[in-house]
Amino acid sequence: MSDTPAGTLGVAAPASPGMRRFLPSRPGEAVAFALVALFLLAFLVVPVLTVVTVAFQDRATGGFTLAHFGDFLSNDLFTTSFLNSLYVSLMSVVVASLIALPLAYFTTRFEFRGAILVQTLGVLPLIMPPFAGAVAMGLLFGRSGTVNLLLGDLFDINIPFMEGLNGVIFVQSVHYFPFILLNLVASLKNIDRAMEESAQNLGAHGFRLFRRIVLPLAMPGYVAGASLVFIKVFDDLATPLLLNVREMLAPQAYLRITSVGLEDPIGYVISVVLILFSVLSLWVSSLALRGKDYATVQRGGGGLARRRMSRGQAVAAYAVIFLILALVLAPHLGLLLLSLATVWSFAPLPDGYTIAHYARVFAESSQYITNTLIYAGLAGLIDVVLGTTIALLVLRGRIAGARWLDYLAMSALAVPGLVLGIGYLRTFFGVTLPDGRSLASFWGIIVLALAVRRLPYALRACTAALQQVSASLEEAAENLGARRLRVIRRIVLPLMAGGLAAGFITSFATAAVELSATLMLVQSSGDAPLAYGLYVFMQSPAGRGAGAALGIIAVVIVGVSTLLSHLVAERGGGRKSP
Amino acid sequence: MSELLAREPAGIRVEGVDLSYGATRVLKDVNLEIRPGEFFAFLGPSGCGKTTLLRLIAGFNAAQRGRVLVGGKDVSALPPWKRDVGMVFQSYALWPHMTVRRNVAFGLEERRLPRAEIATRVEAALRLVGLDGMGDRRPAQLSGGQQQRVALARTVAVRPQVLLLDEPLSNLDARLRVQVRRELRDLQQSLRLTTVFVTHDQEEANTVCDRIAVMNEGAVQQVGTPMELYDHPANLFVAGFLGTANIVPGTVLREGGAAAFEVAGGTRIPLPPGLAVPEGARLMFRPQDVSLLPPGSDPAGRRLIEGEVAHREFLGASMRYGVRVGGAEVLVDVPHTGGEGHLQVGGRAALALDATRVKLLAG
Repeated sequence: MSDTPAGTLGVAAPASPGMRRFLPSRPGEAVAFALVALFLLAFLVVPVLTVVTVAFQDRATGGFTLAHFGDFLSNDLFTTSFLNSLYVSLMSVVVASLIALPLAYFTTRFEFRGAILVQTLGVLPLIMPPFAGAVAMGLLFGRSGTVNLLLGDLFDINIPFMEGLNGVIFVQSVHYFPFILLNLVASLKNIDRAMEESAQNLGAHGFRLFRRIVLPLAMPGYVAGASLVFIKVFDDLATPLLLNVREMLAPQAYLRITSVGLEDPIGYVISVVLILFSVLSLWVSSLALRGKDYATVQRGGGGLARRRMSRGQAVAAYAVIFLILALVLAPHLGLLLLSLATVWSFAPLPDGYTIAHYARVFAESSQYITNTLIYAGLAGLIDVVLGTTIALLVLRGRIAGARWLDYLAMSALAVPGLVLGIGYLRTFFGVTLPDGRSLASFWGIIVLALAVRRLPYALRACTAALQQVSASLEEAAENLGARRLRVIRRIVLPLMAGGLAAGFITSFATAAVELSATLMLVQSSGDAPLAYGLYVFMQSPAGRGAGAALGIIAVVIVGVSTLLSHLVAERGGGRKSP
Repeated sequence: MSELLAREPAGIRVEGVDLSYGATRVLKDVNLEIRPGEFFAFLGPSGCGKTTLLRLIAGFNAAQRGRVLVGGKDVSALPPWKRDVGMVFQSYALWPHMTVRRNVAFGLEERRLPRAEIATRVEAALRLVGLDGMGDRRPAQLSGGQQQRVALARTVAVRPQVLLLDEPLSNLDARLRVQVRRELRDLQQSLRLTTVFVTHDQEEANTVCDRIAVMNEGAVQQVGTPMELYDHPANLFVAGFLGTANIVPGTVLREGGAAAFEVAGGTRIPLPPGLAVPEGARLMFRPQDVSLLPPGSDPAGRRLIEGEVAHREFLGASMRYGVRVGGAEVLVDVPHTGGEGHLQVGGRAALALDATRVKLLAG
C-alpha cells in the first residue's frame, strides 16, 4: 500500500513546509515547546551565560573587562594549574591509548578466545566513578602501597605511580581507557576486509599495511574516543581533589569559590577556560568524524582478516591482557579490601577484616543512599520526559524551531559539571523560596543540575526510540479517529517503552555517581548524595573504611542498573516496528 | 598504454586443490588450466566455491592439498603481497582516505618505483579507464561505475601477471553492466592480460569469456567455450545452469536396433542412433529444439508427441509454453512475429521434437 501515490503523499506531508499551513494547528505542541524552552533557558542557558558574563565583568562598574583574565595569566599558581591540567589530560590520553591499543588490536586482528574477556574489561571501569577508586589506588600503588612494598622487598625499587600528577594520570587513564577501546574496536570492525586485502594484493604487508591503510581508516574512531577522554579528565574535579592534587584548573575554581567566595572572579575565568576546551575538543572530534564515515562494510566485508596466533604470540597476548585486567580491577579490588579492612597502612594487605564499615554507613549515613536514589531517580525521570518531548517535537512536530531545542539540550555536553554548579550558585542565590531559603540551597537544585547534565544522553536514547516507531503507525491511529495526545499515549509511548527505560537507567546510573556539580551545590550533609558522602568520608583516614563501603554500594547500584539497561535493551529489540 | 602492456602473458594452473573450512569442504579436487592471454570465467551459483578459488589464486586462502602455479611458478607458499596477481574486489575496496591518484599509485609505491615512473603509469592507467582528470577526487565523490574503473586502474597499473575480477559487474545497474562488460573485454584484449572473471550470471560469462569453468558444490563440472557448454553439457547441472533446459525423467528402451526414451505415462521419444546412454540418464533438450503444432498436423519426418498446454509466458521475442506430456512438463519456445494466433491454456498441442538435438545426461 505504501507505494501508492496517496500513501507516499501521506507520509511526506508533515515534513513538507508547503503542506504545513493546511494542517490543523496543535496548541498542545506550542505549549510543550514553550515549557521545554523555558526549562533549558532557566537551568542551562542563563546559568552558563551568568558564569561567562561574570568572567568578563568589571565588579565595580559592571562594564566589560579582560582584567580578570589578566589576573589569571599573571598569577603563577593559575598558569601552573592550567599547564598541569593540560599535561594531565594529554598524558591520560596517551596512557589510556597505550592500554586500549593492544586490546583493540588483539581482539580485532586475531582469532582470540580472550575477546569476551576484553569486552568485559571494556565496561568494568565505567561502572565505578574514578574518584571512588582513587584512594584505593593510593593504597595499592602509592609510595608505601602494596605494589611498592613488594617491589621494595624484591628489587629494592619504588615506582612513583601515585606521586602528584602521576596519580591523577594513572587513576584517570585506568578509568577512561574504555572510551578509546570501544571506539577503536568499533571502527576496526567496520573496516571492510577487502580494504586490507586489496593493499596486500598490491604488495603491502606488515607495518606498512598497518600504517598506510588500517591506521588511517581507524583514525576517526580513535580521535573521537581520545577527545572524550581528554575533556573528561580536563573537567574532572573530584579525582584530583581526592588525591590531594590542587594545582589543576577544576580544583582551583572549586577552592576559590568555596573559600574566597562567590564574588571572586577567578572561578568564573577558569570556568570559561573549561568551557572553551570542552567546545574545542568536541569540535576536534566532530571534525575527525565529519565526512569520514569509513563504515565500508559491504557484502563479504566485516572487519580485518583474523589471523591465528602462534604459541609465542598467544602467551604474550595473554600476558598483556592479564596485566591490564589486573590494573583495571585494582581500584575495585582495593576499594573492596578497604571497605572490609580494620587497619590498612604500610602493609601489602589489610591487618584484619570487618563488616563494621558497612554497619556504620547504614546506621549513621543511610541518608546518602536514599538521597542518591531519590536525586538520580528524579533526574532520570525529568530527562526521559524532556527527551521524549524534544524528540516528538523534532521528529513529529510542526514547529520549525524545534530542532534548536535539540541543539540546545545537546550543548549541555560542553558544560562541565563544575561550571554548571557555579552557574547555579550564582544565578539562584538571590532567588528565595516561599520558606525564606535561597533556591541555591534547596536540594531540588541538585536534581536539576543532574538532569541537565545527563539530558544529552537521555535525549539521544529517546530520539533513537522514536525513530524506530514508524510514522505510519500514528497516522493509522489518527485515521481511525484518535486525537493527537491519545495517539502519543496509546501508540507512540508504548512502542518507545524499551528505549525510554534504557534512557532512564543510563541517566540514573551516571547521575548516581556525579560529583562535580554536586560538590558545588550540596549545602548540608543531610541533603548530600552518596558521591558527596564518599568524598567527605575519604577526607580523613578514619573515614576511609566507611567511604570505601559507600563506594562499593555505589558500584553495586551502578552495576545493577547497567545490567538492567542491557536486559531492557535486549528485550526491547524484539519490538521494533516493521 | 604501452606503459601498461603485460609482460609475457602468464597462464594459471590449479592442481588437485582441496580446501575445507572446518568440516565444510569448499573446494574438491579442483584441476584447471588457464591459458596465457585467455579471458576465463568461473561460473556457478553462490556458494559453489568460485570466489574461494579466485582468492586461493590471489593468496587469501590456503588449500589443504594441491598447488597453484602462475606463469609456471608454484606460488602456493607465497603470501598475497609477493604473488604479483592483480585482483579487483567485488566491493572495489577503494581506500576512502586517499584520492583517486593516491589509490592508483599505491601498488607502484609499494614496489618502490621511481617517482617519475609512478606518475606516468598512474596517468596512463587513469587514461586507460577514461578517468584522466579525476585524479584529485575522493572515491566517495565518484559514481559506482567510476569507482570500479579506479579499482581496475589501480590493479592494472602494477602490470600484474594475471588479473582476477571478483563479480566485477554485480554492483552496477543493468544498463551499465552491458557497457562495462564490453569495455572489460576490450581492455583485456588490448593489454593481452590473462584474466579470470568470477560470476554467477551465465550471460555475462558467455558474452565476454573465451572459456568458462562451470562450478557447483566445490567441484568443477565442465570446462569449455560458451558454445561447447551450451550445446554439449556434460551433466544436468551444466545443462540447467547455462540457458533453459527441458529435463525429462523416464527410462531408455531398446527395440531391436533403435532406442527410445519412455516418459513416465507411456509417451515414447525415439533416440538418434549411437547416442551414449549413461546410468540413470534423463532426457535433455532446449525449448527452441521443439516446435508446437496444432493437434492433427503431421510434418514429415518428425515424431509428434501429444500434450496439454499448462501455462504460457510472453517473453517478447517468443512465447514460452509449458506443455504437460504424461507426467513431465516440457517448455517450448515459439518465436513471436506479431499478430499470430496462439494456443490457449488448457488446449491440446502436438510437440515436434528434433530428435538429433536431444541428449541423455546423468545428474
